[in-house]
Amino acid sequence: MDLITLSRLQFGLTTVYHWLFVPLTLGLGWFVAYFQTRYYQTKDETWHKMAKFWGKLFLINFAIGVVTGIVQEFQFGMNWSEYSRYVGDIFGAPLAIEALMAFFLESTFLGVWIFGEGKIPEKAHLASIWMVAIGSNLSAIWILLANGWMQNPVGYAINESAGRAEMVDFFAIVSNPKAWIFVWHTLADGLAMAAFLILAVSAYHLVRKQNLDFFKCSFQIGAVMGLIASALVFLGGHTMGQFMYESQPMKMAALEAVWKTEEPASFSLLTIGDLTGRQEVWSIRIPYVMSFLACNNFTCEVKGVNELQAQYEQQYGHGNYVPLMVITYWTFRIMMGFGFIMMGAAVWFLYATRRPDYENAKWLKLVPFGALFLPYLANASGWILTEMGRQPWIVFGLLKVQDAVSPNLTTVDLLISLIGYTVVYSSLAVAMVYLMKKYAIAGPDATMHESVDVAPALVGSQD
Amino acid sequence: MSYEFLQILWFILIAVLWIGFFFLEGFDFGVGMLLPFLGKKDEERRAIINTIGSVWDGNEVWLLTAGGATFAAFPEWYATMFSGFYLAFFLLLVGLIMRGISFEYRSKDANPAWRNRFDWMIAIGSFLSALLLGAAFANLARGVPINADKMFTGNLFTLLNPYGLLGGVTTVAIFVLHGANFLGLKLEGELRERVNVFAKKLWIGTTVLYIALAISTYIAGFWSRGFVNPGVVPIAALAVLLAAGYFINRRMEGWAFIMVALNIVLTQITFFSMTFPNVMLSTTNLEWSLTIYNASSSQYTLGVMSIVALTFVPIVLAYQGWTYYMFRKRISTDKKSLVY
Repeated sequence: MDLITLSRLQFGLTTVYHWLFVPLTLGLGWFVAYFQTRYYQTKDETWHKMAKFWGKLFLINFAIGVVTGIVQEFQFGMNWSEYSRYVGDIFGAPLAIEALMAFFLESTFLGVWIFGEGKIPEKAHLASIWMVAIGSNLSAIWILLANGWMQNPVGYAINESAGRAEMVDFFAIVSNPKAWIFVWHTLADGLAMAAFLILAVSAYHLVRKQNLDFFKCSFQIGAVMGLIASALVFLGGHTMGQFMYESQPMKMAALEAVWKTEEPASFSLLTIGDLTGRQEVWSIRIPYVMSFLACNNFTCEVKGVNELQAQYEQQYGHGNYVPLMVITYWTFRIMMGFGFIMMGAAVWFLYATRRPDYENAKWLKLVPFGALFLPYLANASGWILTEMGRQPWIVFGLLKVQDAVSPNLTTVDLLISLIGYTVVYSSLAVAMVYLMKKYAIAGPDATMHESVDVAPALVGSQD
Repeated sequence: MSYEFLQILWFILIAVLWIGFFFLEGFDFGVGMLLPFLGKKDEERRAIINTIGSVWDGNEVWLLTAGGATFAAFPEWYATMFSGFYLAFFLLLVGLIMRGISFEYRSKDANPAWRNRFDWMIAIGSFLSALLLGAAFANLARGVPINADKMFTGNLFTLLNPYGLLGGVTTVAIFVLHGANFLGLKLEGELRERVNVFAKKLWIGTTVLYIALAISTYIAGFWSRGFVNPGVVPIAALAVLLAAGYFINRRMEGWAFIMVALNIVLTQITFFSMTFPNVMLSTTNLEWSLTIYNASSSQYTLGVMSIVALTFVPIVLAYQGWTYYMFRKRISTDKKSLVY
């Protein structure tokens, strides 16, 4: 494989991996802060246990997000030096602000929260978990502003003599509508992830009739928030569709596999392309729906890939401007399909939990599996869609991926780091899944102690 | 504010971030490296980790912020340094990952083998990070091959020169000593006695290495290439290190800690004034060096970032200071009082 492919592969792997853990951090932080606030107000021990139990899972997950996040801060320079040179004047700012405004906040107060219980005033301890939740979500906002700029560059001008793009309007960058739709979609997604984790773990215990009160309460909260959050995710996604129609019509056409311009446009349930990937062979379509997704009415025109390719060649010169359609098409379907299932499931949970003895119901046995996997797959698919749908651009219309890579690196460098990250990240995943499982299964009473294992053995206890 | 003023301001701000990082995370790395050697029982190890447990993550953010600020203010510096030192920084990242995850996971299972493994990962991760950061800074002081396109033309072995390695090893030694002093302030009872004995031995080796590094720097003439002569700063740095030996021997832990901390700060000031106005010196051709003038962001970006930094840095300092105040008590190995 060549340098560009390896660099893309590495960035994709490390970033998707990082982002498996971060959304849960974003969402679960709010839940834990809420539980602890309720405890502070009511002094009811159940809320205390809620904060402790879900807080432990929060911490196990948080740690992976932190350590893999360090890689994110530096890999733009390490692997994408030409990108960093060309747009660093703009892109560096949100990253630096993220560190200064958000990383300090979440990291400092996380330490306070872990070690502060019973040692600092209760109010300060409560405030610290809110700071963690606010800090992590602020950090998401800044990185999404940075990513939003790559999707829809605003507030910049090309400085010919310096050979780079430069910031001319900071406020345009921080008010980039594309980025704020991302923020909406992503922060809601975090809440949905957390709600479904709570649903999954609670269902596991309810099926086994353990700690019924505790987990029924958790399940109810999870169901309510799961519905609100997944509805918000959907609305955010729908708004994003209309914005994409304006700003990235190629991504829109590619995720729908629309080759020829259509008016009104139909939504494809299943499309098979030919081997060149440029022509449709066979499809099942629902009329009008695509027009609705793209512009909120049932009759508008959706441009096809072929027409856009011709238009871009004229605008940007010779080249292939069509993203890898098999990826955009299917990730879109996975994201959206699973999103709908989550929303539907949340409605069902709310309806079905009105029966007082729902812990005996059969459907509950399915929840731990479904509620764990669907959100992760939907979330990863969404990011793969949005990033690969932008190809060949790294910054849309401004810089191509092939021109962004660090030219001084060799494929050997990349192989070493790629294999290294894979090994390290896989070990992290093993340890994390092991601990998550152990703490989730151990239940709330066990997490009130220092560790769920009773009586920790001594290291070198022979002396 | 003039463009040049902003460029100098950002050079100073980034220097401050690095100084903050070396000062704060320095003792975290040191504590990490000492952990498996100093702590014999599980409670002891947990107590040692807890001395930095509540702060290490916040301290590490100084590194992330230095990286982010370099990206925002000097994108060419960020691009050249991180792509140039690629494998070294990759190993640094692995070290930081190993260390960070271990702090959080080591006590989450009671199996002694599990805990022991994570304790060693903390030590090795801290060692690797300190060594590579020290080597990277020594190479920045020495200069690295950079071509006319601001591109690094060496490889990992370019960085593994004797001066670079000496810089790495000395940094490790200073951090271990700094960590020992910090532990002297934070622990009590038998552990505190043990760390005091450690510190005495460590001080001798560290001072020898530090003097060797200072002499090599002087002989190689790395002083005189920038506009600013560091003057008495390096002499003061050596003096406070010698003073630290005096205080360590008299068991004046607070003063010993302050002296080594000052040594770290003054060494960094020496480094940055030696470098200024270059940010990466080219050994291929001095003309091709990256400077604060040819590596910086636009005046507009620097202006925006100045407002952001001058607003948030004081806030960060305030709440980080508050956490140190909140957790100022010594940590005992009494099981009941330990947080896991």
